[in-house]
Amino acid sequence: MWIKDEIKERLGSKVIDWYQHSARRIYFSIQPRDIKEVADILFNELKLRFAIATGQDTSKGLEIIYHFSFDKSGEIISVRVLLEDKKDPRIDSLATLFPAAEWIEREMWELLGINFIGHPNLKRLLLSDEWPEGKYPLRHEK
Amino acid sequence: MHVMRGSAYNSAWFRGINMSHKVIVPIGPYHPLQEEPEFFRLYVEGEKVVDIDIIIGYNHRGIEELCEHKHFDQVAFLVERICGICSTSHPFAYVNAVEDLAKIEVPERALYIRTIIAEMERIHSHLLWLGLAGHFIGYNTVWMWAWRYREPILDMFEMITGNRNHYAMMKIGGVRRDIKEEDIPILKKALDDLVPAVDMFRGAVMDDPVIKARLKGIGILTKQQGIDWCVLGPTARASGLNIDVRKDDPYGVYDRVSWNVIVEKDGDIFAKTVVRILELYESISIIRQCLDKMPKGEIDANVKDIPVGEGIGRVEAPRGECFHYVRSDGTNRPIRHKIRAPSYMNVASNKVAAIGQTISDTTITLAAVDPCYCCTERVVVLDKATDKKLMNGWDLIKLSQEKTEQLKKAIGGRS
Repeated sequence: MWIKDEIKERLGSKVIDWYQHSARRIYFSIQPRDIKEVADILFNELKLRFAIATGQDTSKGLEIIYHFSFDKSGEIISVRVLLEDKKDPRIDSLATLFPAAEWIEREMWELLGINFIGHPNLKRLLLSDEWPEGKYPLRHEK
Repeated sequence: MHVMRGSAYNSAWFRGINMSHKVIVPIGPYHPLQEEPEFFRLYVEGEKVVDIDIIIGYNHRGIEELCEHKHFDQVAFLVERICGICSTSHPFAYVNAVEDLAKIEVPERALYIRTIIAEMERIHSHLLWLGLAGHFIGYNTVWMWAWRYREPILDMFEMITGNRNHYAMMKIGGVRRDIKEEDIPILKKALDDLVPAVDMFRGAVMDDPVIKARLKGIGILTKQQGIDWCVLGPTARASGLNIDVRKDDPYGVYDRVSWNVIVEKDGDIFAKTVVRILELYESISIIRQCLDKMPKGEIDANVKDIPVGEGIGRVEAPRGECFHYVRSDGTNRPIRHKIRAPSYMNVASNKVAAIGQTISDTTITLAAVDPCYCCTERVVVLDKATDKKLMNGWDLIKLSQEKTEQLKKAIGGRS
């Protein structure tokens, strides 16, 4: 049983551009303000597993792709958000929905400078204490 | 501790290993134990662990960023160096990701070879863990025997790939080396010899009342906690979660051979041990089937260019799902390469598994997720009221071993 059709139906107009790369690889975008609601539906209601999130610096802004796995069918559902304001990128934390998001949000916070609102423990995960404030290793700016 | 470290290797077996082409005499001491830095700060009240801080980052080498500066073919070599234990899982997940991105058809024989290498890796990794777990609870015989039987698998790696670790077999579109016909009977023989050893470990663990008493009911991760923390691999399967990338999202040739996903339900250390031991049988069976079914033919699709796009690849590493995301802008380098090893999820779950139990159970609990590696010499126990340091990792291992000794006396078991 594929989960993708159910997701599409359940999320309705929140889905911006749906792209199916192959049978088990689906990508779509949502507005950053919808992330908590969408993640709640995927994780708690439709029982997808949170695999990880990919943060990246693009020319349009900072992008986060939340990868969810539906293990019964092997589908990976990747939910994309774009944070256009690189000076003050912020988005709701998912760590309150599921603790598995705690580490990766800390990582994206320190490596890309994205602020996760409501995160219970937003402190460095990988960088040492000596690393200078406000310098983000995965940002592409010179 | 140093006495123990020496004794394991003073009694090292000086045996000639009959490889396909040469005889070697291994001279120790290779001792990878406790060499990966993770720092667990335990907070205790009396004997009870009430909180734990997990501090990582000591080993952060910026590999994701480095990948952006390597061309696609070089990245496979780079990610192989993320881990020396599951060193084929990362390049395997990476090539799966790029092949997903570019929709590359990989020759059948190469898929079989990839699967064989990956399962050999699971065998040596699970045996490594079994040895460490034995050591942590004071069964140093288990430690030495498990590692002794791991050696022939590493020899097989050397025979097939040229290396005992870091096999450099994975390549976008195929594998870098074929398995020679004359090597196949030697590999089959090594597998045949391994089965009685696994039987022995299964018996030693499942039938020993002391080990049962020592490992049952401690370090429990419930099914719901497993779901909340999104744990993976044997850690998840021991808590009743039936997930395994090899079955759920098959790659290699896992859908062409018959094998079982091992699931236990108790979520304790005993369940995690049972899962890993039983998985050894499945791995042996998968390799045997692959050797019999493997067709002749090409091993490389000779991929030249990687188009614009995104791809996701994953494999079931010995510790669970290894996840790679690759994005290409059409040049010869990835513009983003996200890597998530299974321990990233599993280690975090110690936050729930280790709290509420006694400190003598902590080392084995932290080790039970098979964090690649459990570096308990960096564990410090602090008194919650005063923040005063009470004991370090060696004291903890000793404490864990002493608990086993007490159980042995009480039950009258054997070691």
